[in-house]
Amino acid sequence: MSLALTNYFPDSTSIPFIKARFAAFGFSVLMILASIAAFFSMGLNFGIDFTGGVTLEVRTEAEIDAARIDEMRGVLNNLGLGAIELQGLSELTEGSECYGNHCALIRVQPQEGEGLEAEVAQQEANLAVQAALTELYPDIEYRSVQVLGPKVSGELVQAGIMSIVTALVLMLVYIWFRFEWQYSVGAVVALIHDVIITIGMFSVTQLEFNLSTIAAILTIVGYSMNDTVVVYDRIREKIRKFKKKSLDEVLNLAINKTLSRTILTSLTTLVALFSLWLLGGAALQGFAFAMIFGIVVGTYSSIFVAAPILMLTNVKREASEA
Amino acid sequence: MLYFAHWKIALILAVSLLGIWFAAPNFSPLPGQTVNLGLDLQGGSHLVFEVDLPGVRAERLDGLSQEATVLFRQQPTIPTAANAVIGDEVVIRVARAEDMDEAFSRLQSLSRPVGDGSMGLTGVAARTVDFDRDNAERTIRMSLTDAAMIDIRDRTIAQSIEVIRRRIDASGTTEPTIARQGDERILVQVPGESNPQRIIELVGTTARMTFHLVRADVAVGADGQGRTPPGVMILQQDDLSEPYIAVERRAMVSGENLTYAGSTFQDGQPVVEFRFDTTGAAAFGRVTSQNVGRRFAVVLDDIVISSPVILGPILGGSGVIQGNFTFESAYDLAVLLQAGALPAELTVVEQRSVGPGLGQDSINKGTIAVVIGFIAVMVFMLAAYSVFGVFSNLALMLNVMLILGALSGLQATLTLPGIAGIILTIGMAVDANVLIYERIREEAKNGRSPANAIEKGYSEALSAILDANITTLIAAGVLYMLGAGPVRGFAVTLGIGIITSVFTAFVFSRLLVAMWVKGLKPKKLPI
Repeated sequence: MSLALTNYFPDSTSIPFIKARFAAFGFSVLMILASIAAFFSMGLNFGIDFTGGVTLEVRTEAEIDAARIDEMRGVLNNLGLGAIELQGLSELTEGSECYGNHCALIRVQPQEGEGLEAEVAQQEANLAVQAALTELYPDIEYRSVQVLGPKVSGELVQAGIMSIVTALVLMLVYIWFRFEWQYSVGAVVALIHDVIITIGMFSVTQLEFNLSTIAAILTIVGYSMNDTVVVYDRIREKIRKFKKKSLDEVLNLAINKTLSRTILTSLTTLVALFSLWLLGGAALQGFAFAMIFGIVVGTYSSIFVAAPILMLTNVKREASEA
Repeated sequence: MLYFAHWKIALILAVSLLGIWFAAPNFSPLPGQTVNLGLDLQGGSHLVFEVDLPGVRAERLDGLSQEATVLFRQQPTIPTAANAVIGDEVVIRVARAEDMDEAFSRLQSLSRPVGDGSMGLTGVAARTVDFDRDNAERTIRMSLTDAAMIDIRDRTIAQSIEVIRRRIDASGTTEPTIARQGDERILVQVPGESNPQRIIELVGTTARMTFHLVRADVAVGADGQGRTPPGVMILQQDDLSEPYIAVERRAMVSGENLTYAGSTFQDGQPVVEFRFDTTGAAAFGRVTSQNVGRRFAVVLDDIVISSPVILGPILGGSGVIQGNFTFESAYDLAVLLQAGALPAELTVVEQRSVGPGLGQDSINKGTIAVVIGFIAVMVFMLAAYSVFGVFSNLALMLNVMLILGALSGLQATLTLPGIAGIILTIGMAVDANVLIYERIREEAKNGRSPANAIEKGYSEALSAILDANITTLIAAGVLYMLGAGPVRGFAVTLGIGIITSVFTAFVFSRLLVAMWVKGLKPKKLPI
């Protein structure tokens, strides 16, 4: 059949991935160091989920142009609520309520206070902003309002960190259970590699880091693990089959045998995610972007990190039953 | 792998049809449950309130301290040098060292078995108060036990939920969700309400109502300052012409004695009418007959809402409160009084509300993204695997149906991140098919016959498929357990999608392939 992709893909590749491992390790270490440096120097642009405060999305019948943004900024800055971010939302989808420039996003920084007072202060800030804006534009509409106190946002930070750590530990245990510990170590090193680089990307781009980012990171962990397991599964099979071949030959063979699958699955997932990124609206854009980035990194790491690490962890060559 | 017993075929078809049956009401006029949309898609408010437990604890300790005072006044009286709440303790210091034993034994009666008196781990019913005696200092310290605090916490939350439910139900709000969240929080979700301020006020008001006699003889300055004799307090009044007012500390009657409250009109003004139970009516009758001509204050959460003059004895146990009411505020106050007071103060710690416009926009965009993603993946698979691409595409279509069916059947909530989960699943679901087809391709190249290569492809790919899906399922599980709010919706669709995709990609598509091999008996695989 002429339609088959076999025609576009070489039948059986024999790319010497393992030979490139030192270059790949160097590249990965560089990326990780850059990510850590970015994290500590630039930090992350945390969303309201993790900082607390107030965010509002508003809409008015008249277009929200630069003059209106300035007008709103002027009124809101007089409220004494600290720094207020205002940003017009331009919407290209016809039929959406925001089509044209009718919507804006307002972010009020978290208000100070002790204990429950701080919680109440956020609520009051919200009421003050709404009162001022409604006075300015009586037809204003609040499309979404989020008010988070320091307690809840603090807990969300903890839960976010906890969930990533828990997922990593569970993955380690699962792989340990299904394979030997040498594989487990390799898989988790690859995962940590993915997580650090994804967070580094968020630091460099200063994209908003929120709850859905955590969801994206966890999914990336699951996906990257998925990729790694497929490669490992094949490595284990080949190790048993070709006892005479050297380890790097076996690893290379396994990676090449699974290569077309790895690429195809990444492509279908990326196709779906691009649809989400381009069409899913602002709320899902950050998530989609994180996922797209993570899938690329995750695919890279299962080939260039997870597999070559087995050269270092001294994987057993005898047939061992898992 | 390619042989299917008749009952297996029947089972596979039954599962598929069941999924389609459950999904059908979502896009056809067939009756049945549709997908339950989250608040971020249908619009509504999500509110989390925190119960002021430190406040409740302080109140309990205050009560203990007062009870101790009463105990020490009994004959023979025990003079004390100190009796105060300090931090988490009531610290009592007796004046004479020889009273220590007697004081200690009297205080024992303050420690009661916790709650229902159930046995703790030690087999002895846990008690409410811990004592710490220091003879040299002549002090006795009382603190609430952990068991008592847990009991107080659980009761306070259960009672609060009950009161909130009554209030919200009476306010005419439809289908609210009211539930405990964590240890000390209450979640209130109100679909369709994008301006939750009224709900926040309805829920956040303690609504402790009391009636006090006004002390006209105590002068109160314009700033609310004044010399208050013992037993008198100055309260703020909801009336600009008289912002502060002095009242007797002791209440004549309290809101607990109300049996009915409702809003109505009197002389064209909105008022709240109320009726007392017999105890309340008797007390109210007695005080009003003894104090004709004086004023009394109606106090709601430490604010005087009205202070009318007693024109004559009120013996029937019913009356009206005139205040600064609009019809809505009179109605809300009646709802609050009727539902009873909250046992503790509630503070909003999280508020997320979405208007109907944004919700609809999100649904539209999400749907477009799903449809386009779906088509793109199908085109891709068709290009990559031709005939086999058709099989995996049929499996993918069934997969989306099953996800919709499962969401509808389980009445799980679909959120915006949940839609993202569906799109992601569409992209990842074909992975199982890719694994199998690549394997078949490999085996065919090694010289196996088509049927044999297919057989081998399915059996060899199984372990990788299971491993791969279990790892993603672990990630979804963790997200579900630890994730909050809408993100949980993502975990739900991702989890459901993983399970349905294993069925459609490994079982359903295999049935299709088996039928194809059996029917056409291909000499060469188009793969």
